[in-house]
Amino acid sequence: MSDNTVKMSSIRRNEIILKVVIYIVSIIFSIMTLFPFVIMFANSFKSTVEVQQSTLALWSAHPFANLAKNWHVINSKDFHPFTGLLNSFIISTCSTILNVYFSSLTAYAITAYEWKLRDAFSGMIIAVMMIPTTVTTIGFYQMVYKLGLTNNLSMLIIPSIAAPMTVFFMRQYLQANLAMEIVQSARIDGAGEFRIFNQIVVPLMKPAIATQAIFAYVGSWNNLFMPLILLTDKTKKTLPVMVSLLNGDIYKTEYGAIYLGLFITVLPLIVVYAFLSKYIVEGVALGGVKS
Amino acid sequence: MRNKKIVDYAKFGYLFSIPFILSFCIFTLYPVIYTFVIGFTNLKGAGNTEWQFLPSVGKNLFQNFIDVLTSKTFHKAFRNTWIIWIINFIPQLGFALLFTAWFTDKRTKVKGTGLFKILFYMPNIITAATMAILFNKLFGYPKGAINDIIILLNPAKGAYNFNAHEWPVKLIIAFVQFFQWYGNTMVYLIAGVIGISPEVFEAAEIDGANRVQTFFKITIPCIRQIMLFTLVTSLIGGLNMFDIPQLYIGTDANNAGLTTNMYIRNQAFSGSYMYNRSAAASVILFIIIVALSSILFYILRDKDEAKLKKLKKQELRAAKKGF
Repeated sequence: MSDNTVKMSSIRRNEIILKVVIYIVSIIFSIMTLFPFVIMFANSFKSTVEVQQSTLALWSAHPFANLAKNWHVINSKDFHPFTGLLNSFIISTCSTILNVYFSSLTAYAITAYEWKLRDAFSGMIIAVMMIPTTVTTIGFYQMVYKLGLTNNLSMLIIPSIAAPMTVFFMRQYLQANLAMEIVQSARIDGAGEFRIFNQIVVPLMKPAIATQAIFAYVGSWNNLFMPLILLTDKTKKTLPVMVSLLNGDIYKTEYGAIYLGLFITVLPLIVVYAFLSKYIVEGVALGGVKS
Repeated sequence: MRNKKIVDYAKFGYLFSIPFILSFCIFTLYPVIYTFVIGFTNLKGAGNTEWQFLPSVGKNLFQNFIDVLTSKTFHKAFRNTWIIWIINFIPQLGFALLFTAWFTDKRTKVKGTGLFKILFYMPNIITAATMAILFNKLFGYPKGAINDIIILLNPAKGAYNFNAHEWPVKLIIAFVQFFQWYGNTMVYLIAGVIGISPEVFEAAEIDGANRVQTFFKITIPCIRQIMLFTLVTSLIGGLNMFDIPQLYIGTDANNAGLTTNMYIRNQAFSGSYMYNRSAAASVILFIIIVALSSILFYILRDKDEAKLKKLKKQELRAAKKGF
């Protein structure tokens, strides 16, 4: 009996030790996650001299005067936050809309209709997910160059009509959630196929569309490879392309300004994440589990 | 009669796929074919769109491929890509599994897992370009947060120039990659574990399996598919790595952070305009990725689903014969 009590208490003790270890490691990782962002935030409010003294100090003597000066330094060179924000906003918004709408349409075509090449087509979609952007680069650039559209934002928007990854997830969702009876009854009521899609299927797909839209938006917003190759005009650059300037020689000694520039690019993402984090994390989880 | 109805609707299947197919053909298929063709030509020079196939200018058809495959820089880029991916992926999966085990453990009941999940996932949505430059500044020399900490802890030691040595550069790039992706992998794995029927765990507990046994004998086999999926996506992403090494170090530190994707871009778009060689290199990368992901997809394939499909087909054939 007493032996058992000792065993129980030792198990209890082990539980507590394990719990403490879990919390300590989790907190260390949380600090590791936040550390770069805290440093970035704190240094945006510092002058070059202050940054040189220490990057670790969390407070500056004249934070707002420095912030204004750093802001001015950024704008006086090639980094134009508002232009970048606007371009990124245009590209991400338009390409996200095209991406989710046409992916839903394609997924619906695969799920709802029986057609001869359907299986081949949906097999092809999985296969083309593997094609890396790199292998399209030269051909895509030459085509855009011949058309004289290198600094045209539409060349970064229109290709998102064909987004195999999104189609794949939309199809998974439709297969689990689309009841053909609803479509049939709409047909009996005399609705056209396109109208059925827009007025019945799209509302039905809202949860999947919301999730995929977030990922499409973030993906497009963060994209660097193609914009870096296509956009050479100062007024057309997106935020990630402008960020790449911060590493160049023009801002070399403007330490505070560099941190501020980085902070500006992160701010919209962090604000969005603060509101949507729960849905984003749930969305990732949804994508991973096969339905 | 019924059959006729299905045929009627079939045209909408084609119709609704047209936008996807058109966009895919113009913006993906045509460029891919073009890139493949250019790999066998002499196309180079800024703004040049004239090209001839190599044999017609008296060269070996595969000259570009030979040039790439014998290039020391390409070898280095290829090796770097693998090294960086491996040093990032092993701890990424390791820590993701560890946190998954901890956060899904029903006996310990850790509180605040929701908050930790949200925190750990956050770096994943931040622009990779920004992360790269931010870490470049953190590891800056002589002034940077990490060097400030080193000096604070040991004033005698002095600042270390992380970005001038090959291995520190590779390790830091791998770390940034790890930093951005372990939370994502963890969220996937946790979702997988939550999907396992709780009865399985209860049975294991009744049978007296301890925590470690349960994890290795039950949890891991059940989430095998998801782990493989993570491996495939991470591998494809890893072989395409560009943003972080490009902006963290570029070609500095003796190409310590040069990846294949950077090599491809540098050949074509940074001064030399060797479109043909760049195209050949990207075709090589493409073939490697397709081969590797085909192997992994073959391992990953849902065996039950494949069986079901086969059965369905047989049934269909039988039904047709019946008619």
